[in-house]
Amino acid sequence: MMKAFTKLTGTTIPLDRANVDTDAIIPKQFLKSIKRSGFGPNLFDEWRYLDHGEPGMDSQNRPVNSDFVLNKPRYQGASVLLARKNFGCGSSREHAPWALEDFGIRCIIAPSFADIFFNNCFKNGILPIVQSERVVDALFKACEATEGYQLTIDLATQTITTPDGETFSFEVDAFRKHCLLNGLDDIGMTLQHVEDIKIYEEKRRVQAPWLFV
Amino acid sequence: MTAKTLYDKLWDAHVVRVDEGGASLIYIDRHLVHEVTSPQAFEGLRLSGRKVWRSDANLATPDHNVPTTDRQSGIADPIARLQVETLDANCDYFGITEFKMDDIRQGIVHVVGPEQGATLPGMTVVCGDSHTSTHGAFGALAHGIGTSEVEHVLATQCLIQKRSKSLLVSVDGEVNAGVTAKDIVLAIIGEIGTAGGTGYAIEFAGEAIMALSMEGRMTVCNMAIEAGARAGIIAVDKTTIDYVKGRPYAPQGDHWPMAVEAWSDLHSDADAEFDKVVHLSAATIKPQVTWGTSPEMVIAIDALVPDPANELDVVKREGMEAALAYMGLQANSPINQVMIDRAFIGSCTNSRIEDLRAAATVAKGRKVARSVKQALVVPGSGLVKQQAEAEGLDQIFIEAGFEWREPGCSMCLAMNADRLGAGERCASTSNRNFEGRQGQGGRTHLVSPAMAAAAAIAGHFIDVADLDSLSTGAE
Repeated sequence: MMKAFTKLTGTTIPLDRANVDTDAIIPKQFLKSIKRSGFGPNLFDEWRYLDHGEPGMDSQNRPVNSDFVLNKPRYQGASVLLARKNFGCGSSREHAPWALEDFGIRCIIAPSFADIFFNNCFKNGILPIVQSERVVDALFKACEATEGYQLTIDLATQTITTPDGETFSFEVDAFRKHCLLNGLDDIGMTLQHVEDIKIYEEKRRVQAPWLFV
Repeated sequence: MTAKTLYDKLWDAHVVRVDEGGASLIYIDRHLVHEVTSPQAFEGLRLSGRKVWRSDANLATPDHNVPTTDRQSGIADPIARLQVETLDANCDYFGITEFKMDDIRQGIVHVVGPEQGATLPGMTVVCGDSHTSTHGAFGALAHGIGTSEVEHVLATQCLIQKRSKSLLVSVDGEVNAGVTAKDIVLAIIGEIGTAGGTGYAIEFAGEAIMALSMEGRMTVCNMAIEAGARAGIIAVDKTTIDYVKGRPYAPQGDHWPMAVEAWSDLHSDADAEFDKVVHLSAATIKPQVTWGTSPEMVIAIDALVPDPANELDVVKREGMEAALAYMGLQANSPINQVMIDRAFIGSCTNSRIEDLRAAATVAKGRKVARSVKQALVVPGSGLVKQQAEAEGLDQIFIEAGFEWREPGCSMCLAMNADRLGAGERCASTSNRNFEGRQGQGGRTHLVSPAMAAAAAIAGHFIDVADLDSLSTGAE
């Protein structure tokens, strides 16, 4: 069962880099796991720690890169990530949203996202929000200037509210919104249409029999 | 009838139903499976007590984690071994055909599918790997998916999708001698950017694209995702059909003429409208090398490393500065004087027989420079390896000082033992030059197979055409 997303007020981390790829979000050595959980300590591993991370290491005892934004004391416990354009580009690894979710991130705001990553977020209870470069830039400035900066995201009303009470609306696909608000499992929904799938298959079997041998 | 793009035709042929909200249920003809993105999906099926909808639509092979040496002794890394064993067990349990590590047909999933005829024109093809766009070379609608969608396809043979916008990239005219499919696609990414195709399915067209072999077309579609597009497609023509004919999973007997007839419509109609159109002149494309940490950071072999000072956009300028620092390069220095530590010829982009032939042509009778620590050739599949050996390519590589390996993803993403050390610079035929992609701190330059081989021999990036003028003392 996917975690539902309704309304969230959370500390916001500004990650000021364009084209953050999924190799950076979760490096390949952690993809050897056959589990879905436990990736949080290795989120942004190469930027976050000074040593080379391998699966099974105790992250509590690793030297951290104190310059990296995730390690700054003021952003601890954050659940909203501010990012730059083309966030999540590269590999289709769902380990990227798994790592973000495991770390505590439930919402990402950026000017644009890579398609596969964007889609993977919705499957894992994370809301990716697209805002204009201008709005994202303003949020970056306010977030960096204000310790304890928190944003409120309301999926039902499709609004972001700043600590000053300023609101920005955002777009979200109706089907994805419905699934996220209710924590619905896509597969269960598709299996309500078993008859449609069977009818399609029969038609296809006649048109393209070579696909069914 | 309104004119349709190839993408429209493929989409319309696979719609099972459309939701009131506009989301479509799309039927999937072929699902390719590998060890990294499938274990959690199979686990999900078991936990919910669901079955695989249609096991014969799936084809699996381990590729990301497999060693490229010492296959007999198995996988040394216990975590990687468990992942491959988990794939084996899941395929056995759910009745899915798998080419296991000791099977001659094992290889990189995007090499194996087409090679077997498991990828066919007109299909929808998905895999838990972003480079699934490769299969679009066959006039198939193919894209990468995450693990939740892997589970969705296993359970329902469908995906919930929204129609993409359409982008036509036409490479007009003929390329000059020595310019390869890899150079074409890198030049396209340099032109439209790594997010230029986001939200779009790209159709590659034009004389230069249609003149490519299927191997070359696969190289181009493979990197559609590096331009942000989940899917890249190319129209079906005689080259496509000749490639598919007679392959193990291709239509046989009476089905063959029926299929060929159906495939003859797999092209965009003459007056079809695209949401966006980009033209490139083939004659202006030179052999390409990436200089930075994103595939759009690419220049011609005779160019200088760009200077961030000339970039007006602040975010972009900072990105360029960070990339130069990571890559250890100076702005305004000639890229063809940059020395390399390693060369890698392989990956789902460039490990097919034609790629190996191109590299071998350059390597023949020459030697890898003494300053180069390692030059690796990793065929895309066991059958590519067998073919190359039958042609004597392995001997050419070995005599030149290259290492000849077993098939797999290898140093493209360094999940196995093949990787770069910190600060090491690699001429690589793979698809991503992201930070740490080939090993933490490693510096990747994306190039064609011919240029990777030439760089291994010269010790630095070089236009293949200039290799002969290199003094023998260059070693």
